Amino acid sequence: MDIKRVVVTGTGAVCAVGCSKQTAWPAVRDGRSGIRPITSFDTSRYEVHFAGEVPDFDPLKYFGKRELNRLDRYVQFAVVAADEAFAESGLDLERENCERIGSFIGTGIGGLHEIEAQHARLLESGPDRTSPLMIPKLMTNAAAGQVSMRKGLRGPSMSVSSACASGSHAIGEAFHCVRYGMADVIVCGGAEAAVTPMGLSGFQQAKALSTRNDNPQAASRPFDLHRDGFVMSEGGAILVLESLQHAKARGANILAEIAGYGATSDAYHITLPDPDGKGAARAMINALADAGIAPSDIDYINAHGTSTPAGDDIEARAICSVFGEHALKLAVSSSKSVFGHSLGASGAMESAVCIWAMLNNVCPPTINLDDPDPECCGLNFVPHKPQERVLNAVVNNSFGFGGHNVALVFRKFKG
Amino acid sequence: MTEDVRGKVISLVAERMGVEPDQVTENTHFVNDLQSDSLDMAELVIDLEEEFSLSISDEEAQKIETVGQAIKYIEDKQQQQQPQS
Repeated sequence: MDIKRVVVTGTGAVCAVGCSKQTAWPAVRDGRSGIRPITSFDTSRYEVHFAGEVPDFDPLKYFGKRELNRLDRYVQFAVVAADEAFAESGLDLERENCERIGSFIGTGIGGLHEIEAQHARLLESGPDRTSPLMIPKLMTNAAAGQVSMRKGLRGPSMSVSSACASGSHAIGEAFHCVRYGMADVIVCGGAEAAVTPMGLSGFQQAKALSTRNDNPQAASRPFDLHRDGFVMSEGGAILVLESLQHAKARGANILAEIAGYGATSDAYHITLPDPDGKGAARAMINALADAGIAPSDIDYINAHGTSTPAGDDIEARAICSVFGEHALKLAVSSSKSVFGHSLGASGAMESAVCIWAMLNNVCPPTINLDDPDPECCGLNFVPHKPQERVLNAVVNNSFGFGGHNVALVFRKFKG
Repeated sequence: MTEDVRGKVISLVAERMGVEPDQVTENTHFVNDLQSDSLDMAELVIDLEEEFSLSISDEEAQKIETVGQAIKYIEDKQQQQQPQS
């Protein structure tokens, strides 16, 4: 079988620290938190009053009224991020065989805004007053379908749903599809918009969220001894992946190479990670093997690091078990400290961060890491400030409720 | 044709289809002029039902092809519901 090298030629992101990479990357790099009090609904009866909502997102800047009526907020994020990624890739779809271009976009929950709005109508006005657009708006594949439809992409298209691993799974699956020749280009990533009355309530009731209401910007503190839960956020991030051959043929600007994908399951508990972190470790081991590179070649890991008491130390120990002595030479940081946890978008957000980090040879920091948890193996978590470092190969970890573990390996493109 | 019904229908159609009210007249054809699809029409029927507190069957809705037909349908329905005393 002809195995192709696969490269990244476009990135796009909408998140708590900006609606484009021009605004998001400097904030992530410099560690400027995007966590603020929730403004989209009244949280006075909640235990948690803050999140990483996308600031200044005006949908009418991107969509006409009629089309907006058909797009849940999570789909809007996916479409805006895809437009940015497409623009950066320089793909001229008029000249492409669009039957060889696809879209894989993950989401953890789907159109929760629409579900809540229509459920309210159902209860208030009855079953003949819900919107005919409800199902096509809320379905988890709406983002993939809309991106394909808007761009005329007629290759493979689907959604991937594995909670907080969705975005990374989508990228991993897209990578393998291109590697094994099913498509030349796949637009892939994740999107989520679950900072809603039900979303916040659900995660609050699962005791998953930080309740540091007196200081929201200090609430997301991965690997810190005083972490008390994750901070919900929203957004979307998209990568354009294409075969090296295809990228070269059209003279594309190559941002990075995607080299490895590992995916495993804990088969342990629906929300808690396996305390041994074996599933997470195997995802990293499998991704490194898939990339054909040694653990010692990795320079930086963008960790899943959600700031939950149960998760961060297990991830740190999994990193130590995979990388051995090299673990202490790695830089490991969690960008969720800056933009919160965007669930199904997070793996894609942080993949984009990995690529921007490599392009700039800068490891973005883990902010709020005042008092590193001794259970986290004394790794270099890049506390507070960015660290300049030549980055040749990096790993992005993502883990999801359900026991899903994904690791992706990106490396600097060298012809 | 009452100005009240006309204005409300035009305003609902414009809002639903994302066009300016002055682009909508009685002669505006939903499919040919506004490129409405079945989902738009289903939404619009609900909008009209809510605005005018009436019920439009699928069979009746399928006969409405222009804005003028929608206005006439609503006026007829209102007259049936509220006979002059």
